[in-house]
Amino acid sequence: MAKTLYDKLWNMHVVHDNNDGTALIYIDRHLVHEVTSPQAFEGLRLAKRKLWRVAANLAVADHNVPTTDRKNGIADPISQLQVDTLDKNCDEFGITEFKMGDIRQGIVHVVGPEEGATLPGMTVVCGDSHTSTHGALGALAFGIGTSEVEHALATQCLVLKKSRSMRINVVGKRATGVTAKDIILAIIGKIGTAGGTGYAIEFTGEAITALSIEGRMSLSNMAIEAGARAGIIAVDEKTIQYVKGRPYSPTGKIWEQAESFWNTLHSDADAVFDMEVEIDISTLTPQVTWGTSPEMVTSITGLVPDPEQEADDVKRGSIEKALEYMDLQPGMAISDIQPDVIFIGSCTNSRIEDLRSAAKYVQGKKIAETIELAIVVPGSGLVKQQAEKENLDKIFIEAGFEWREPGCSMCLAMNADKLRPGQRCASTSNRNFEGRQGQGGRTHLVSPVMAAAAAIHGHFVDITENIEA
Amino acid sequence: MQKFTTFTGIVAPLDRANVDTDAIIPKQFLKSIQRTGFGVNLFDEWRYLDMGEPGMDNSQRKINPAFILNQTPYQQASILLTRHNFGCGSSREHAPWALLDYGFKVIIAPGFADIFYNNCFKNGILPVVLESAIVDKLFDLVTQKTGYTLTINLQDKCILGENNDSIPFEIDEFRRHCLLAGLDEIGLSLEYSDEIKSYEQKQKLQTPWLFTDLMES
Repeated sequence: MAKTLYDKLWNMHVVHDNNDGTALIYIDRHLVHEVTSPQAFEGLRLAKRKLWRVAANLAVADHNVPTTDRKNGIADPISQLQVDTLDKNCDEFGITEFKMGDIRQGIVHVVGPEEGATLPGMTVVCGDSHTSTHGALGALAFGIGTSEVEHALATQCLVLKKSRSMRINVVGKRATGVTAKDIILAIIGKIGTAGGTGYAIEFTGEAITALSIEGRMSLSNMAIEAGARAGIIAVDEKTIQYVKGRPYSPTGKIWEQAESFWNTLHSDADAVFDMEVEIDISTLTPQVTWGTSPEMVTSITGLVPDPEQEADDVKRGSIEKALEYMDLQPGMAISDIQPDVIFIGSCTNSRIEDLRSAAKYVQGKKIAETIELAIVVPGSGLVKQQAEKENLDKIFIEAGFEWREPGCSMCLAMNADKLRPGQRCASTSNRNFEGRQGQGGRTHLVSPVMAAAAAIHGHFVDITENIEA
Repeated sequence: MQKFTTFTGIVAPLDRANVDTDAIIPKQFLKSIQRTGFGVNLFDEWRYLDMGEPGMDNSQRKINPAFILNQTPYQQASILLTRHNFGCGSSREHAPWALLDYGFKVIIAPGFADIFYNNCFKNGILPVVLESAIVDKLFDLVTQKTGYTLTINLQDKCILGENNDSIPFEIDEFRRHCLLAGLDEIGLSLEYSDEIKSYEQKQKLQTPWLFTDLMES
């Protein structure tokens, strides 16, 4: 029978089928960070359990780490304790960890692919919902809670219920200036933040094939914002070239064996999905969120919606609450929204191509006087190093941005980088929830080049109007 | 994990859709390395008028009287009635830990986000999915009578109202079984140790690149 890519990944990892829709699934790679792991290690100690396969785990601290000077450690003692606890647990259990100060340290979902630690065909888990990112490589990757972190550490398996399958076919050619971020925001706008609940999404179509692997990662990253735990993309030549030569990638004979296997990692032509969605992006314009859920999104050329126009009571209430929180008026032009803060970073948009696209826009320009803070936070030490080789740091600094150390930073504001109440941010991150970037802070999700343009102009602008091809 | 059988409690109506885990437990409290103590900061930004930080004396903070859990008798509520897509966003298990620590054992909604739904079962919380129209009716009942109680019978997969009307609900058999028996899932999986080992041996031959060791040389 014809199989979807998800079927193939699932089938090859079944250790034991419970014949009730659930199975014990083998986990090839487990990524660990400091926030969702301490209670899992504590659970192992209490039950006197060992790790099943130590060398399947890779740890890195990213949520709490400062992005400014790290010489004196972390100013907040509670954050420091959490990072120390990860260090201690990794030392005790023998897990490889890229500690603060290691050039390879960074956001776990940037580090995994960059190191070749996450590969096509793998099952990848992490106590972090944005684990969906690794699906861009043709891996079955999804976020888990702390109990499952403990379960994966102890058994190298998880008891999973098979998801339904959804294919999102993206057709048409992207206009210049429209990015993977705009595509995924448009998808979320179309199917809603619960549209993918219970599904594993596969993204297909010419518009997906046309994306770079880094662009595909931005897309898969936000599958979770569409409600799906996993967002996978078939392996093609770009995937294989991306993976080649990375520190933990296979070499020699094993590489050849892997490569021929990876070329089978796509849905069969006549595979049947439980749900099909098609989206044409040929007329898509850059997207900006206006509310407090990623589905509250519209075009840069659009207007803030009027709740009076919404017939559904629950939805109308949500829009009213969102506009009150965001301090926006119905009917206001999106391009009239003026951010105070610019954040370029996060596991969605902190890779080298993201930084290049933003730097290209700001080169030779200065940020608007109304901008209170503009920061660029590379996704890893290695991304930072590469950007500096290309002098992107100088371009940003000359334009008025701050150039920071790698970490999650203002995406969720667990470190010192946070919005003050009432501050409005153009952010390349993935969530615009109330308080996400700091209590009372207001988030507008955009692509890196859109954030860069908002920094220069002091308000959102349609960058497709005059952009060099 | 505690066994879950039949449970009766006061229902608190939280009339919002898409309640995300950042709202359930804001990020600053995720710095704790414990599993307990999150209840006082459940829905922190809605519940209090000032900014919450870890280590604060929460009894001294100014509460938001408009928020449902600050209104009598909902301080004692143990069943949460809410709207579509509850628990969306971050995978943080601190969200069910905070709900449980506050006293919630059951959450009723037309739908839950996948990871949150899954995390509830690991902590002895029962998330019940009901059709929107039935949830609407429950909202009517609960808002018409303050302190309305429901009884949840997991054995028979039904909910009883105060008038003894029975509402059936669906739940995966494996999950129901684990909750009823209070099972240790890791222990259960370790019973398959031999199968895991033979799976590994087979896969190491077929797909050796999946077993690249991440050890520092």
